[in-house]
Amino acid sequence: MTLLTVAGLHVRSPEGRDLVSDVSFTLDAGERLGLIGESGSGKSMTALAIMGLTPPGMTVSGSVVFDVPSLDRIEVVGAGERRLTSLRGRATSTVFQEPLTALDPLMRVGRQVAEPLRRRRGLRGRALRAAVTAALEEVRLADPERIARAYPHEISGGQRQRVAIAMAIACDPALLIADEPTTALDVTVQADVLALLDGLVEERGMALLFISHDLAVVSRIAERVIVLKDGAAVESGSAGEVVNAPRHPYTRDLVGSARRLDGALDGAIDGAVDWRTP
Amino acid sequence: MTAGRRVPRSATLVAGCVLAGLVLAVAVVSFFWLPFPPDDTSGDRLMPPGLPHLLGTDKLGRDLLTQLMIGARVALEAGAGSVLIGGLVGLTGGLAAGFATRWLDDTISALLDILIAFPTVLLAMLVTAAREASLGSAVIAIGLAMSAIVARLTRVLVKRVLAQDFITASRTSGTSWPRVVVEHVLPNIWPTLSVNLALQFGLAVLAEASLSYLGLGAPPPNASWGRMLQEAQASVFIAPAGVIAPGVLLVVLVVGVNLIADGVRDVADPTRRRTR
Repeated sequence: MTLLTVAGLHVRSPEGRDLVSDVSFTLDAGERLGLIGESGSGKSMTALAIMGLTPPGMTVSGSVVFDVPSLDRIEVVGAGERRLTSLRGRATSTVFQEPLTALDPLMRVGRQVAEPLRRRRGLRGRALRAAVTAALEEVRLADPERIARAYPHEISGGQRQRVAIAMAIACDPALLIADEPTTALDVTVQADVLALLDGLVEERGMALLFISHDLAVVSRIAERVIVLKDGAAVESGSAGEVVNAPRHPYTRDLVGSARRLDGALDGAIDGAVDWRTP
Repeated sequence: MTAGRRVPRSATLVAGCVLAGLVLAVAVVSFFWLPFPPDDTSGDRLMPPGLPHLLGTDKLGRDLLTQLMIGARVALEAGAGSVLIGGLVGLTGGLAAGFATRWLDDTISALLDILIAFPTVLLAMLVTAAREASLGSAVIAIGLAMSAIVARLTRVLVKRVLAQDFITASRTSGTSWPRVVVEHVLPNIWPTLSVNLALQFGLAVLAEASLSYLGLGAPPPNASWGRMLQEAQASVFIAPAGVIAPGVLLVVLVVGVNLIADGVRDVADPTRRRTR
C-alpha cells in the first residue's frame, strides 16, 4: 500500500528560483527509494518539503500526502505547525549528513535520545533510561551506558551517526529519510553504517528515502532510484536498470564517472581487494 | 576523556569570586553594622585615616568607611538591578528578533541600533527628568541601554543556533517550537550570554558610578562610590583617602566580576572543559 504520494512538488526560493520543480513519486510501506543528484540538485530540499520543514521564505506547491495506517491521512503542503509536529517522528524522521552538527553539543547523548522516547512513548525515570540503553544497543553501540553519559564531542564520528540514527528511529517512523548519512564518515565506517541502516529498515519494515550523490552507495541500498538534476527528475527506475542502462545523458555521466573512479581504484590496487564489500 | 560528573573548576572563577565576594561581604555587613550612622557629621572634617575614623572623614565630617560600606551595597544593587532589567528585556527582544524573518527582523535590528547609538548618560538624564534622581532611575536607564546590547547578541546567537542541523533534527522527530527553545536554543546561547551578562554587570557598576558622579544617581544620604569620588576630588591632595578608597573598591568589584565572567565561560561550556 502507498505510504507517501508526492505529486507535482515545487519549491521556489525567495529570489524566485525553482529549487525543486515538478517532482512526483510514490513510496510504498517498506520500500526503499534512492534520490540521486549532485549538490544543489534539490535532493535535500525535496526531503525538507516532505517533512514540511522548508526554511522560511520558500514557496512550496504541489502535494505531499502521507497515508500512515496508525495516523490520519495528511496533506503536508499547507498544513499547520501543530498538525505537522504530530506527524513528525511517527510518520517520518531524518538522519542528516553531518552527525556532529545533528546532535546538540551541550546535551549529553542519553538525554537527546531520551527526548523523542519520552514524548512519544511517555516513558519516565528508570523505564526511560532502560529504553535509551536499548535504543543505543539497537544501533550496535558498544558500552551504551558510557555513550549515554558522553557529550557528542567525546565520541567518534561513526558513533555519533549511530546515535543520530537511534534518535531518528526512536519514534518508530513509517518512513526514514536518510540525507547523505554516510558522506561525512570514513570509508570503513560508511560500510558499517550502511549495513546498520539496511538491517534496521529490514527489521522494522520502515520505508527508506535514501539521498546521496554517490551512485554506488545508493544502488547498494535502494531498490528504486530517481535522478534529480537542477530540481527536476530526469530519470527513474529500478536501481539495476538505471546503473546498467542509463537513458538520460546526465545519468550516463554519473554512471560513467563512478565507473572511471572504480576502474582507477581497481588499477591502483591491481584487484588485490574488493573495496566495496565490508 | 571520561564523561564523569566531576565538578568543573576554574582558577579565574575562584579569583573572581574572592574579589567580588569581598565587596559582597562588605555590603552584607553594612545592613547589620556600620561604624557610624550614615548622616553623622560629628567628626572633624577631612581627617586622615586613624581612630576612631578608620579611613578618615570627608569634607562634611562623615565617616568614610561608613560611606564606603553603603556604597558597596548601592554598587551591587545597581549592577544586579541593571542586569535583571537588561537581561530580561534583552533576552525577550533578542529571542523575538532571532525568530523573526525579513522585515520584522530588520525593524527590530534597526531599533536596537538606534538604542545602542543613544548615549547612556543622555538616556539617564531623560529617565531622571521623567521620574526623579534616584538609584531606581539610574538602574532603569542603565538596564535599558544594556538590553539593546544583550538583545543584539541574543539575536545573532539565536540565528546561529537555529541554522544548526540539530534543531532541524529535533523538529523532524516532532519537537514543538517552545520545547526546542527551552531544550536546545537557551542552553546553547547561555554560555556566551552568561559571560556577556557578567561583563555587563561590571559595566553597569561603572555606569552607576559615572551617573552618581554627575549627580544623576542616588541622592544623599545614600552614599555611592561615584558621588564620593566627586565630593572628594576638590580635596584630593589634602585627603587622598576619600578618592583612593572608593576607587580601589570600584576596581576590585569590576575586576572580580570580569574574572567571574571568564571563569563562567570555562565552566558553562562542556566542549571547553576537557582542555584542562
